[in-house]
Amino acid sequence: MERIPILRMGDLLLVTIQVDMHDRLALTLQDDLTQAICTHVARGVLIDISSLEMVDSFIGRMLANISSMARILDAVTVVVGMQPAVAITLVELGMSLDGVRTALNVEKGMALLRGSLDLEPREEEEDAAD
Amino acid sequence: MSSSFKSRLPEILKKHQPELVKEWGVAQATRLSKQGAISPEELREQSAEFLKRLAKAVETDSTGQIDGAAFDPVKEHLASVSRGRTLQGFTSSETASFVFSLKRPLFNQINKELGSASSEIAQEILAIGDLIDALGLFTVEAYQKTREEVILRQGQELLELSTPVVKLWDGVLALPLIGTLDSARTQVVMESLLQKIVETGADVAIIDITGVPTVDTLVAQHLLKTVTAARLMGADCIISGIRPQIAQTIVHLGVELGDIITKASLADAFKVAIQRAGLAVVKVAAKKAN
Amino acid sequence: MPPIKTQTLPLQGEADIVHARQAVRKWAAELAFSLVDQTKIVTAASELARNAIVYGKGGEMRMAALQDGARKGLELVFEDHGPGIADLKLALQDGYTTGSGLGLGLSGAKRLSNEFDIVSKVGEGTCITIRRWK
Repeated sequence: MERIPILRMGDLLLVTIQVDMHDRLALTLQDDLTQAICTHVARGVLIDISSLEMVDSFIGRMLANISSMARILDAVTVVVGMQPAVAITLVELGMSLDGVRTALNVEKGMALLRGSLDLEPREEEEDAAD
Repeated sequence: MSSSFKSRLPEILKKHQPELVKEWGVAQATRLSKQGAISPEELREQSAEFLKRLAKAVETDSTGQIDGAAFDPVKEHLASVSRGRTLQGFTSSETASFVFSLKRPLFNQINKELGSASSEIAQEILAIGDLIDALGLFTVEAYQKTREEVILRQGQELLELSTPVVKLWDGVLALPLIGTLDSARTQVVMESLLQKIVETGADVAIIDITGVPTVDTLVAQHLLKTVTAARLMGADCIISGIRPQIAQTIVHLGVELGDIITKASLADAFKVAIQRAGLAVVKVAAKKAN
Repeated sequence: MPPIKTQTLPLQGEADIVHARQAVRKWAAELAFSLVDQTKIVTAASELARNAIVYGKGGEMRMAALQDGARKGLELVFEDHGPGIADLKLALQDGYTTGSGLGLGLSGAKRLSNEFDIVSKVGEGTCITIRRWK
């Protein structure tokens, strides 16, 4: 079954969504991420949606859920790279993703994570988390 | 129109095209106010092309109606001539005169051809008259459509121009709204703002509503939408320029601004934005004192 | 005026939601809708397609490219033969859901479209038509 890969950078998890997600894939991501946060005791999660050309209420809810679940596991989530057309549509749809922290791009998202986690800059190891 | 009547129009158009173009050209020129806006060559070309297409159309379709497919090339040509005239600033009558001024030259030719066959002449003149009238009206309609397009486009441009997004500092944008914020305008505002956020990598956007006359529940909703959209892209918004009356209206209406920061003046909002960016403004003199 | 072209897609399984999105995206792009307008109708289609599958027990989406005078448009019809909606007014309210969704599908799709029409009969099914014009 196809899965969205989750990358690990120190105690941060990085996810890049590049495919047109069907519902089951979104739910699988939700499960995989929560599992990974526990397994690696991650403190932060960065979800890059800069390739997503559409976010509907299902995907929007998935993002909100991931954010809430991560919080319960003491991890901060930042969603980055929402495209302008997607943002305008989401707002029109009626979703504000209130509890979800956002940033313009990966760079800012990382800065936001570091800032909120008060982490010292450290050597980052990149491995794929499964 | 009696079915036994066979109009001489097709052959007249074919046989006498050069003379018609000449006579028609003269008639047209006297009706156009902007002498020189259309060169004589262009006029001759447009006229010749029209006659050519008309000749073909009446040959195929002798019903006297212009709805048939045979008249499509004619109408296409008229639409493009009309469009050109509209954009050059001619009036609708001047534009329609392109077609109407063809009547007399055609009648003159009919006279020459039919000589003394008066009843035939009468029928021809009626038929041609009707045909030219229909085509003339079509030209007027095409003119109106073009005008509407221009007005629509200008309205769109006005909308975009009236919502400029300016960069106040690195990472700080300002959006001074002038005029009322309806749903159409909100869409344009959101698109401009978000585009600018992406282009400049802004973290803060100051939306100044000094120029917004009233803030009712709808306007507040539109503002909220804009703020939410910017937030989804990682930029915080500060609303500034809130006049005392606006503050009163907001409270009276029970409008919920949530946790959006609001400031009375753009200057105050800028101060907050700068602090957010981790910057400070210092007096140079103080530096020198060290 | 008759549509320029039409196409029908089945809405049976979850994978069909993605197919629907892609088809609508393709047509909207061909009709040269702005990026924002494309995104709006694709998102509306995603919501309504999901509704048809999850609540309507499956159905179909009929696409039609329209021409009305000078303007072009895209029409999507979502039809299912599921349980139908008893109280339309209630269903169109934000947040109302009979399932585990967010309740934004119907009302959201309405906001994202220029024209929205819904016909539903309990026990027979639901038919939703949305249109976006250029």
